[in-house]
Amino acid sequence: MYRYDSYDQAIVDARVEEFRDQTQRRLTGALTEDQFKPLRLMNGLYLQLHAYMLRVAIPYGTLSGKQMRKLGEIAGKYDKGYGHFTTRQNLQYNWIKLADAPDILAELAMVEMHAIQTSGNCIRNISSDQYAGVSADEVADPRPWAELLRQWSSFHPEFTYLPRKFKIAVIASDDDRAAMRLHDIGLKLVERDGVVGAEVYAGGGMGRTPMVAPLIRDFVAEDEIISYLEACLRVYNRYGRRDNKYKARIKILVHEIGVEEYKRQVEEEFAHMRALGLNPPVEELARIRDFFAAPAYESGLSEEIDRSDRAFALWVDRQVAAHKAPGYAIVNISLKPIDGIPGDASAEQMALVADLAETYSFDELRVTHAQNLVLPHVRKADLRAVWQKLVAAGLAEANLDLITDIIACPGLDYCALANARSIPLAQKIASRFAAAERQAEIGELKLKISGCINACGHHHAGHIGILGVDRRGVENFQLLLGGSGAEDASLGQITGPGFSEDGVVDAIEKVTDIYLAERESGERFLDTYRRIGMKPFKEAIYG
Amino acid sequence: MVEFLSFREGESTQEPAVTVESFTGQSNATAVRIEPGEDARELLPHLDRLSLVEVNFPGFGDGRGYSAARILREAGYTGELRAVGDVLVDQIVAMRRCGFDSFHPAKALDDAAVDRALNRYDDVYQKAIDGRTSIWAKRHPETHNG
Amino acid sequence: MKILTGNDLASGDVIWWAGDGWSRQVSDATDVGTHGDELARAEEAALRVVGAYVIDATRDEDGVRPAHIKDRIRAFGPTVRPDLVEQPTEADIGKWVI
Repeated sequence: MYRYDSYDQAIVDARVEEFRDQTQRRLTGALTEDQFKPLRLMNGLYLQLHAYMLRVAIPYGTLSGKQMRKLGEIAGKYDKGYGHFTTRQNLQYNWIKLADAPDILAELAMVEMHAIQTSGNCIRNISSDQYAGVSADEVADPRPWAELLRQWSSFHPEFTYLPRKFKIAVIASDDDRAAMRLHDIGLKLVERDGVVGAEVYAGGGMGRTPMVAPLIRDFVAEDEIISYLEACLRVYNRYGRRDNKYKARIKILVHEIGVEEYKRQVEEEFAHMRALGLNPPVEELARIRDFFAAPAYESGLSEEIDRSDRAFALWVDRQVAAHKAPGYAIVNISLKPIDGIPGDASAEQMALVADLAETYSFDELRVTHAQNLVLPHVRKADLRAVWQKLVAAGLAEANLDLITDIIACPGLDYCALANARSIPLAQKIASRFAAAERQAEIGELKLKISGCINACGHHHAGHIGILGVDRRGVENFQLLLGGSGAEDASLGQITGPGFSEDGVVDAIEKVTDIYLAERESGERFLDTYRRIGMKPFKEAIYG
Repeated sequence: MVEFLSFREGESTQEPAVTVESFTGQSNATAVRIEPGEDARELLPHLDRLSLVEVNFPGFGDGRGYSAARILREAGYTGELRAVGDVLVDQIVAMRRCGFDSFHPAKALDDAAVDRALNRYDDVYQKAIDGRTSIWAKRHPETHNG
Repeated sequence: MKILTGNDLASGDVIWWAGDGWSRQVSDATDVGTHGDELARAEEAALRVVGAYVIDATRDEDGVRPAHIKDRIRAFGPTVRPDLVEQPTEADIGKWVI
């Protein structure tokens, strides 16, 4: 894992003091709310429905046991004993006092964490693959790139007042676990003639105008990526729309001027940037890469897993993924208990997971964009011990990628922007499909709920997506089918008129019934939908 | 309170700035003002006769002026580069990094706050146009780029 | 009736204008008539509230009920965490919100 040096630490420490100063100016009236708002947003502090909300960055979704333990301590000391893991691999606290915010940032800085640029019209936290470094099929670990981009984007002098927020993802496998093409810029590492570089995708995103990012360059070598991104961002900063915030994301620019024209402008700017010496020394990426070297895996470990306990065996089959090192496994920890709140974890659960990371996973954890956690390197021989501890903590749900592994934004229960509540709907759907046999029968089905058009719950990218709207003061839910955020990225289509909360649960049941009746051997829900189209589903729902 | 802030040696240019349109027409002006939607590159053929470029920030959230400033400096402009309009104390450091060397904010700034802002961060990650050595370069003193 | 709500500047708590000051209980909210915006500006300037705004509400024997679900959720707390609710005595509070 990356560790701060004195430069990194000094920047984060200075940021804490800067925000302490700004907060003090606000509390004494030297700053008005209008003046303070952009400053607090640059530190991830929102004013939400019930209180201030603080969004903490978890860069590329990687953290240590110590960092997770600190997140739990903060939840206990400054919040109401829990936090919410988000679709951008961050953590949100829902009940923060403004006066406490500088102290919380100071506590985070003690464990090399921060909330810098987790909001605002700037380059946000860089997201990545939760299996980075441990999946067998990756070209290279994407996290050194992501860390380089974290540094590059922190307090970038030119790109802090962009037309709108800017999200970047980096992956390195053919399997896309980070919804890379639904980012403003997505990088996929590839190798060409022995050199690692990136395919660059630009102009993806969700929100009210969802788009899958097109490829704008098939290779940028690793020693030129900073110059190339400077060019991409400069064209966007200069020409992205600023007259309408709903048309200000880079996807609209790319769409309006066309991919070819955007590419042309970026290439022109890149040719200019190349001469400016903006790239870091090649030794810098090498320095960062050293932090991500594989841990000291033991050799000669057993591949055996004792499957005599049926509940344990079911959990292994569902939650455990193949690791590149013999004798090791990747453990997915579900934050989706049937009656729980998707992505929420209590202070005690965070502490337990921190312990597990330290004891069983080389002190490493990951956060996924599907709002789950990962212990990336667990010896197969230890799986049972890990499972028993997860069971005791209510963290052993076996539902990864199944219909109850629902992505849900905080919705109207917490969010000032929301039009409808996402969480109670997620709970109703999970209860309806709770039986393990039924979930297994349906198989992989990614269900994603957003409480408003901003799409924090990725509803466009759900095999089944749900969008909450406000219909004359009453919550109403639109149903979408056929989206995907994976390597086969696509956008879901709306089935038709919306439903009440109970109505949408019934509609989902009809949709899954059609799938079960129509599927051919080996087909996931998404495959069947793509083969037979919307019509049969629509007839079942509305017919 | 600070009404005008300059980091240049000697006097600042007093000449009133004209619009880009009238400047690139046939004006003999040596001072020009760029608005957010205007292309700084239109000035590049005329840099040698410019002594002041004002970049206007009608609202602090419109960041186009940062790119405009950098483009001028990248092209070798050495005259005065002044940020005017809704320029806030928390933005001065980034503006300095993009090449601005004078500031005329619509609302005067607090002296102490300006001092604190300028001295807040010892180091910067990225190379920009202000000549500061980046953290990336400091970490690798044996190499010269970055 | 028109009532005034916002968040306490320092704590962020949801607060309701109660005639002579702010209360954390929506049941204390009083009708601000046409003076809401003026009150909001004055109270914001006095650093007692942030994001103050006027909403419609009704009063009956159960207390004050904001017209919009969003404000009922603000008054009550997240409907999915009854353990955090301000007035835990009201067992059927979910119905009140919806």
